[in-house]
Amino acid sequence: MNPDSTIVTDVVCPLCGSLCDDITVRIENGKIVEVRDACDMGESKILGHDRIKSPMIREKGELKEVSYEKAVKKSAEILAKSKRPLLYGWSSTTCEAHEKGIKLAAEVGGIVDNTATVCHGPSVIAIQTVGLPSCTLGQIKNRADLIVYWGSNQSQAHPRHMSRYSSFIRGFFREEGRKAKYVVVIDVRDTTTTNVADEFIKVEPGHDYKLLSALRAVLADKADVLPDDVGGVPKDAIMNLAERMKKAEFGVIFFGMGLTQSRSRYNNVVNAIALTRELNQFTKFVIMPMRGHYNVTGFGQVLTWETGYPYAVDLSRGYAWYNPGETTSTDVLNRGECDSALIIASDPGAHFPGKSLKHLSKIPVIQVDPYHNPTTEFADVVIPSAVAGIEAEGCAYRMDNVPIMVRKLIDSEYKSDEEIIDDVLNKVMEIRGGK
Amino acid sequence: MADMIIKNGTVYDPLNNIPGEKKDICIKDGKVTDKIKEKDATVIDAKGKTVMPGGVEIHAHIAGAKVNAGRLMRPEDAWMGKVPKGKLTRAESGSSIFNVYATGYKYARMGYTTLFEAAVPPLLARHTHEELEEIPIADKGAYVLMDNNWLGMEYIKNGEIDKLAALSAWFLKATKCMVLKFVNPGGNEAWGWGKNLIEVNEHTPHFEVTPAEILNAFAEVNERLGLPHSIHVHCNNLGHPGNVGTTIDTFNAVKDIKPGRSDRKAILHATHAQFHAYGGSNWKDVESESKVIVDYINSNDHVTIDMGQLMFGDTTTMTADGAMEYDLHKLSRRKWINCDVELETGSGIIPVRYSPKVAVNTVQWAIGLELALLIKDKTKIALTTDHPNAAPFTKYPEIIALLMSSTMRDGMMKGVHESIKRTLLPSECAGIELTLEDIAKITRGTQAKLLNFVELGKGHLAPGADGDVAVYDIDPDKLDGSRNPDQIINAFRKAIYTIKGGEIVVKDGEVVATPMGRTFIANPEIDESLNKAMLEDLTEKFVHYYSVNMANYPVQSRYLRNPFEIPLKPSKEVA
Repeated sequence: MNPDSTIVTDVVCPLCGSLCDDITVRIENGKIVEVRDACDMGESKILGHDRIKSPMIREKGELKEVSYEKAVKKSAEILAKSKRPLLYGWSSTTCEAHEKGIKLAAEVGGIVDNTATVCHGPSVIAIQTVGLPSCTLGQIKNRADLIVYWGSNQSQAHPRHMSRYSSFIRGFFREEGRKAKYVVVIDVRDTTTTNVADEFIKVEPGHDYKLLSALRAVLADKADVLPDDVGGVPKDAIMNLAERMKKAEFGVIFFGMGLTQSRSRYNNVVNAIALTRELNQFTKFVIMPMRGHYNVTGFGQVLTWETGYPYAVDLSRGYAWYNPGETTSTDVLNRGECDSALIIASDPGAHFPGKSLKHLSKIPVIQVDPYHNPTTEFADVVIPSAVAGIEAEGCAYRMDNVPIMVRKLIDSEYKSDEEIIDDVLNKVMEIRGGK
Repeated sequence: MADMIIKNGTVYDPLNNIPGEKKDICIKDGKVTDKIKEKDATVIDAKGKTVMPGGVEIHAHIAGAKVNAGRLMRPEDAWMGKVPKGKLTRAESGSSIFNVYATGYKYARMGYTTLFEAAVPPLLARHTHEELEEIPIADKGAYVLMDNNWLGMEYIKNGEIDKLAALSAWFLKATKCMVLKFVNPGGNEAWGWGKNLIEVNEHTPHFEVTPAEILNAFAEVNERLGLPHSIHVHCNNLGHPGNVGTTIDTFNAVKDIKPGRSDRKAILHATHAQFHAYGGSNWKDVESESKVIVDYINSNDHVTIDMGQLMFGDTTTMTADGAMEYDLHKLSRRKWINCDVELETGSGIIPVRYSPKVAVNTVQWAIGLELALLIKDKTKIALTTDHPNAAPFTKYPEIIALLMSSTMRDGMMKGVHESIKRTLLPSECAGIELTLEDIAKITRGTQAKLLNFVELGKGHLAPGADGDVAVYDIDPDKLDGSRNPDQIINAFRKAIYTIKGGEIVVKDGEVVATPMGRTFIANPEIDESLNKAMLEDLTEKFVHYYSVNMANYPVQSRYLRNPFEIPLKPSKEVA
């Protein structure tokens, strides 16, 4: 082994909401050269790939390299003179950066929102309607004997989830691991997750709500009202699943965007939570959203303790105003309300609807990100940052709200998101104070 | 910072036997002192005003996972309490669960300068500290939940008290907390299977220990470690009719433990005692059994309590007692959050509206007041609402007025359910009124005494104490509290001055400075070989059963801006 080589253990992977904290990396000459135990996606991120090299400002349609100071100043000028700026993204950076970002949003009277808006936002609305009986992932690892993945393709989106927390892992009361658990996948199509399930229930697209209602009807002893087939699922299969849920010692439903972003949206989640609640009359049952970005959960936490609300917060009134549908990013953009946007640690260019992008292309956009992505194509100011969790440390929250500190493993020539936002904030205050 | 003199006020400093004397308070370098040079000092004229030490909160849920989950679940609660940002202040939200800024400002406006967060799930301690660090003004500390700790229960089962002490020390350090806290001991583990424990001699599934055994063992450990506070306990069977027996059994479970330090007699602090003082057998015939608790406290020194006073209105319940929250959900069917925490504890949240028209709510409202009115030694009972469970802490001024004015109580009793007849409020409590000295005890002196923070400068105003002072707009010479409860409410709602560490933070009820306080932590020392043996067992738990690696578990020092390690007084048994 190279004598300059350093091994770092217990590294936290800054990729998905599983926030695996058992990664080992080898560092040589200030570069990560080997990653052990991460999934392919995590390994690729930790090893690093193409970066934005320099701060840039768009002039006559072309991004031109400029100094960091100039990019910060330009960003501050844009935000300071905006009437309705949007500060969006945040899900792949630290809570420390979130705190600064919310302070900046309060200072400029902006709307602050994160990727939940196009992901698990409907889950938030559902929780605000009916609550959420849940637990930490270790509780599932040690106790669950029935695991239901609903509209979520674990093996692709959260590759190590099943081996670390759910299907395959051995737990205190589940010493036999996978053998001690019955795994059900409910989805509209065969996926790589269905391959490892004991049972795959194929539901017709858009019929999840009905299927959830059917299960609730069985629990309420009203099975006689069910037709022979609900959303493509035979009544027998529904009866069997309901029975299996009641008889489990500890059951869990993990749900993904198959529930939140399909027909009925948040109502699907309301129904899934209501089902879980009702199952607690018979046994122990919990439910958990499969959160995507590694710190999408953390942003919701920080925004909530700072303002009282978890996403889509409008600070233009001086107090926090939250009204999903009105204050959610895509809605504000679709109405053409925003006159500037700061996009950080996310890529709306790849994920927002066309109408939102059309408006984004018309207004000044500031991008803070380590990587070039579709958002860069229409950004007017680009500030490259250190990769949080690899080149900068800070707090992140796992999908089950367990906070873990992500590490700084190697030095970076770039500033952290936290530092960049702080610099912009100070500049904004300087400009506004001068008025 | 300039020196300060608070002149000519009427000072209530019960821990120094000052029951309302005209007296100047001098502050130099953030501490109370005998004398200062007046010409260089900030002079505060407190003539005709009431001067007390800064208030101390002994039990509230102000920061961390369940507080924030409650906020997330209740946007309606946030909206109802909105206050726009000011020149110096950030925007406020919340009417029962406040955002971090509102929490700091609202306590400061009431003259409170020291706050303790009452329930930290160890795995989620980092979250608690992230929020505590954002709460402005007050000094803070937190209590770590050890109630259903797997390794702890195994040690208790095996009688390994030495290792239990080492384990407790490890969790205090790892979570940067300073008190050992117990919620529904044994019961939360049962709730992991959807079950619960009701009585103190029931066995928890698999681990086969009882609540009584858990509390007795940890009480002994607490004394060995020399922690300032006794163990802090939320008894089993909370909120159920007829639960007073469980409460007394809990008190008796630690009666054989001797205090490890001479400056404290209490072995167990039973928090929100109101929720644990019920007679009857169902929701219809529930009655006050506060007398049982009062008699016990009046004749025993090893237990202290806080009120957990319930006030009518809308609030949010949140506790590590997940099973109890599910019971509440079954009653009201309102939205319900549950979060069980692996190998450690549980939690639940549900919104609630307490109504004077409901029999049980009326009885609950009466019981808290009865405890405060009838317990003779007011240094054994602290004013709390178990914020936000029985009421938000912003109700303290009304509670103070209810305790000082029997007229106000009589008025309120006319509008409540007839179940009030099943309480002592109309009978035994009739005509009893607390004095300002009593109030100074149950809102600051008692708290500082029970937490053993007197030497650390809290809850009193002798030279050397922290320069934490509240000045209220009450002239004791002219006050007729019984006839003027509104004056009491207004005065305690908005301090004329709140001074924190010698700095004016509130003037005329408005926040004028937002310094950041300290966070108190405890770092007990443990014999190295004993610690090594414990760590082998604990490592095993992390390798196989936790979902987080041990190396990533302890709260890193970067999470505390301004930590302050409190001195401990370990007894000799700990090597």
